[in-house]
Amino acid sequence: MSGHDHSHDHQAVPSDPALRVKALESLLTEKGLVDPKALDALIDTYETKVGPRNGAQVVARAWVDPSYKARLLADGTSAIAEVGYGGAQGEHMVVVENTPQVHNLIVCTLCSCYPWSVLGLPPVWYKSAPYRSRAVIDPRGILREFGLDLAEGVEVRVWDSTAELRYLVLPERPAGTEALDEAALAALVTRDAMIGTAKVCVPAGAAA
Amino acid sequence: MNGVHDMGGMQDFGPVEPEQHEPVFHAPWEGRAFALNLAAGAWRKWSLDALRHQIELLPPADYLSMRYYEKWVAAVSEKLVESGLITRAELDGGRPAKDSVKAIPALTADKVPGMLRSGAHASRDVKIAPRFQAGQRVRARNINPPGHTRLPRYARGKTGVVDRDHGVYVFPDTVAHGRGENPQHVYSVRFTARELWGDAASPRDSVYIDLWDDYLEPV
Repeated sequence: MSGHDHSHDHQAVPSDPALRVKALESLLTEKGLVDPKALDALIDTYETKVGPRNGAQVVARAWVDPSYKARLLADGTSAIAEVGYGGAQGEHMVVVENTPQVHNLIVCTLCSCYPWSVLGLPPVWYKSAPYRSRAVIDPRGILREFGLDLAEGVEVRVWDSTAELRYLVLPERPAGTEALDEAALAALVTRDAMIGTAKVCVPAGAAA
Repeated sequence: MNGVHDMGGMQDFGPVEPEQHEPVFHAPWEGRAFALNLAAGAWRKWSLDALRHQIELLPPADYLSMRYYEKWVAAVSEKLVESGLITRAELDGGRPAKDSVKAIPALTADKVPGMLRSGAHASRDVKIAPRFQAGQRVRARNINPPGHTRLPRYARGKTGVVDRDHGVYVFPDTVAHGRGENPQHVYSVRFTARELWGDAASPRDSVYIDLWDDYLEPV
């Protein structure tokens, strides 16, 4: 942006999103409407502090502590707060449990609702048209694309996040992890397993 | 609004393409766009529902082709102008008007952790009798409002069973248009895959959709 000119170009707004964002930030900063340091802090929060490791701790706690698991399934918001997480886009949490008989999958068909407080910001595929459109009509096909081929006898439950409730899948604890402690279990839990597009696996050699 | 954003049930968008080792932001501008949205929202001049609706108002071809955070920037720019925080001339020119008075940011760096910790609650602690109970059969109404709604097209006219009552929440259809909070119960309603998609669907599978009282009618 090289300042004022008087060309007749009607494309006054730069078409490159990077330039447009830069121009908007500069305008809002000059007007005192935003603090660039607040932007830095927000970015740093979601790049380095809030992400799927939060949710993984919740899952691992539920795996080792049956009473915690019961609280988590009964009142997700309070139980997740016990582990220290909550707030923005995690104000109202519902946790749904995968079992050998039931597999849960989370989607937001209307936009991109996602439990930031426990999973961080959503990946591009979660916000993409292919996922949002087909997760509700062909969840088994979607899961196959993720490498998960469910038996016909398994019941698939898809949760469409149409309101302000945010969903987290409690995956099944994999076999062979009986000797692992909570921290080691948390290290096994992936983001996709907490969305429902994967199961938790034990890498060869990791099980005790 | 029956827009392209209401994607549930469409089949022609191709395969899902997960990215290995995906970064939180794919370029610095994405992070700035994300953060600008939250920082501008901290002025509380518009609701999250209004912002969602602004994104829905993008022309369909733009909605489908724009980068995710590009849509956020387009929507927040409109809200900034609409709310009077900036003028259209300022947005287009990229500089404050000569008579612009410098404000003190609503969100400063020191307030970021507190804002994220408290969040923004859409639930309301008011006593309102629920119209439906868990276990009750309900039908999603066949409505096609031209404004914002969170009743997806694929559920309209379909019959399901109330799985649980989540409590009382503000109603997006009115909040998005500044017509009041209209708090009411939200339920998770279970629809069988066969009810939604016909006999070719799995007899075991189902979709749970969070629906407000005003979206539902008794069966």
